[in-house]
Amino acid sequence: MTNSVGNERWLRVRSVLWKRPWARATLLLSPPLAWFLLVYIASLLVLLITAFWQVNPFTSNIERIWSLGNLQTIFTTPAYLSIIGKTAGMAVAVTVTDAVVAVPFAYFMARIAAPRTRTALFVAILLPLWASYLAKVYSWLLIFTNNGFLDWTLGLVGIGKSNLIYTNGAVFIVFCYLWLPYMIIPVYSAFERVPASLIEASQDLGGRTWRTTRRVLLPLALPGIVAGSIFTFSLTLGDYITPLLVGGTSANFMGNVIYTNIGIANNVPFAAAMALVPIVIMGVYLLGARALGAFEAI
Amino acid sequence: MTTTSKRRGTRSAIALSVAALSVALAACSSGPASQPGQGGSPGSAASGGGGTTQQPGTAGLTVPTANLPVLTSVGPGEGKLNLIAWEGYLDKSWVQPFQKQTGCIINAKYAGSSDEMVSLMKDGGGGQYDMVSSSGDADLRILYAGDAHPVNMDLVPAVKDFYPAFQAPSFNTINGVHYGVSLQWGPNVLMYNTKDFPTAPTSWSVLYDATNKGKVTVPDNPIQIADAALYLKATKPSLGITDPYELTQPQFQASVALLAQQRPLVKKYWALASDEIFDFKNGNVTVGAGWPYQVSTLKADKFSIGSTVPGEGATGWADTWMLAAKAPHPNCAYLWMQYISTPQVQAQQAVTYGETPDNMKACAYMEKLQAGSCAEYHANAPTSYLDSISLWKTPLATCDDGKNVCVPYSQWVSAWNTQVK
Repeated sequence: MTNSVGNERWLRVRSVLWKRPWARATLLLSPPLAWFLLVYIASLLVLLITAFWQVNPFTSNIERIWSLGNLQTIFTTPAYLSIIGKTAGMAVAVTVTDAVVAVPFAYFMARIAAPRTRTALFVAILLPLWASYLAKVYSWLLIFTNNGFLDWTLGLVGIGKSNLIYTNGAVFIVFCYLWLPYMIIPVYSAFERVPASLIEASQDLGGRTWRTTRRVLLPLALPGIVAGSIFTFSLTLGDYITPLLVGGTSANFMGNVIYTNIGIANNVPFAAAMALVPIVIMGVYLLGARALGAFEAI
Repeated sequence: MTTTSKRRGTRSAIALSVAALSVALAACSSGPASQPGQGGSPGSAASGGGGTTQQPGTAGLTVPTANLPVLTSVGPGEGKLNLIAWEGYLDKSWVQPFQKQTGCIINAKYAGSSDEMVSLMKDGGGGQYDMVSSSGDADLRILYAGDAHPVNMDLVPAVKDFYPAFQAPSFNTINGVHYGVSLQWGPNVLMYNTKDFPTAPTSWSVLYDATNKGKVTVPDNPIQIADAALYLKATKPSLGITDPYELTQPQFQASVALLAQQRPLVKKYWALASDEIFDFKNGNVTVGAGWPYQVSTLKADKFSIGSTVPGEGATGWADTWMLAAKAPHPNCAYLWMQYISTPQVQAQQAVTYGETPDNMKACAYMEKLQAGSCAEYHANAPTSYLDSISLWKTPLATCDDGKNVCVPYSQWVSAWNTQVK
């Protein structure tokens, strides 16, 4: 008895939803949308607001007095400007290096390698992503350390010590290693999508290898490279653990400033103000990436 | 400011031009450039605006909680005790007997830095936390913020056996009112690899000596400025430094300049004790500043490590179990203070953690736990040894003589982050 009443009710609900597609869409989308708005956008907004508050220098209580003091400090202190410049420079260097490594690699994977080799290469690229980030960084520490694996190898071929540990060079190498897969995969899928007929057409029209690469292949792969660079650039911009572990006295990046201001100095407003800088940089970067058609490649 | 832009700006043309722009900006926005420490200030956003923000000091500043009534007798425990502690300070070996004895079950919240402790203690511990094992660089900040509760020391009898210097130290006792019971202390020692230094160094000068370039490690902590000040106190008497935590502007700038000079020699500013142990073991560094804990760990591994308190003396830390202003379990808190100050427990913690107990009677118990540990951690050292250690305290704008000319901690943090590192 109750069962049939329940069925009737269910039927009515279904018919209402069937007649009004927008109701269906709302019902389906509202939980993820609410989650997105509450957890993601709202927390970001709170962060933006906090950046305009202050901390009492003695008691470290947050004082809700509106001012641009934090941003002014960032943009009038040479040390912070140098940190921003250094971080952006590192992000660019890592992105360019990864792109240079990834393009020939992805090309080989997409167009030359036999299916079995391709699978093997895929596994080789994705395997490090399964390992813990910290384990990877610490293993680099063991490679770079005095008389570590690198020094030992260099000793075998008669070159002296590398002295790489605790330098920005070490930070650069580790970043390039960590983010390389994020560059290879989008570039690979971009190359894979280039129709073979286009390359043949270019060759039929007299285009040699270099010209075909430059005029046909690379322009078509560019959105993939830009898409990959979004990952490598933004990941480098925000990372603080790699500089903390393998970097030395000058490994003070934006992420480290944010980290020390929250973890050690307990100055959340200043950290929030500093966090606005990479957000703005990434905003500009994404606008540029969209203009280059990167979002169609993701 | 100009020195900072010079040092950092040469790295790239972009940084240089940006720095030049920022100097111009700073000149427009802020007042006299003669006010150092004004530029960057992660520790104090208030001074970043370039205005003449009043720096809080102790002059005219009173402890808001000074007149709260203290407990006159310890009643039965409330069954619970919520503690904020340094990792390792709530070891099972002495927490479990306490829980069994008193029925007070301890909930531990481990803090990673002094500043985290200060923020956890906000609003008197928020009615959530009972006590915090804070260090001397944080105590006064907690206390003057009104987050600590006065303690009736008559209810903690074992304190009478403490070294006199720890019965009512200035970092936790104001105008005769106690805000917690002193716990343990230790020096920041000079560590060196005995293979590279066959004769023990007798001065901190090895950390400032260009011959050790790239072989030095020091803690990543703004309070490190006091170490430079302590060294200058002995080597540059013309500066007139008397207390490394009470520095006038010229004394402060000289100390910061010395550290900026040291920076090219430093291989790594260490954050965790384990980092320093790793770097000594692998030969990344050969000399540095550290704690007795690192020394004893390396010695236990048969590593060629030596340590000393050099002729200039040393800085040191001293921890206190401070009572929160809104402690929800005061009876258990008093029971804990009574328990943790007894010589047996003091000895246990000293041996486990590698620090010096405040209780003079702890020595005998330390020997029982680990032969030779009493001498190793200086638990039986004469008071002259203690006098050679300048214990951490929060640098305040008001110096001990009441004059408002000292550099407050917020500027220490900003100088450390923008001028030293």
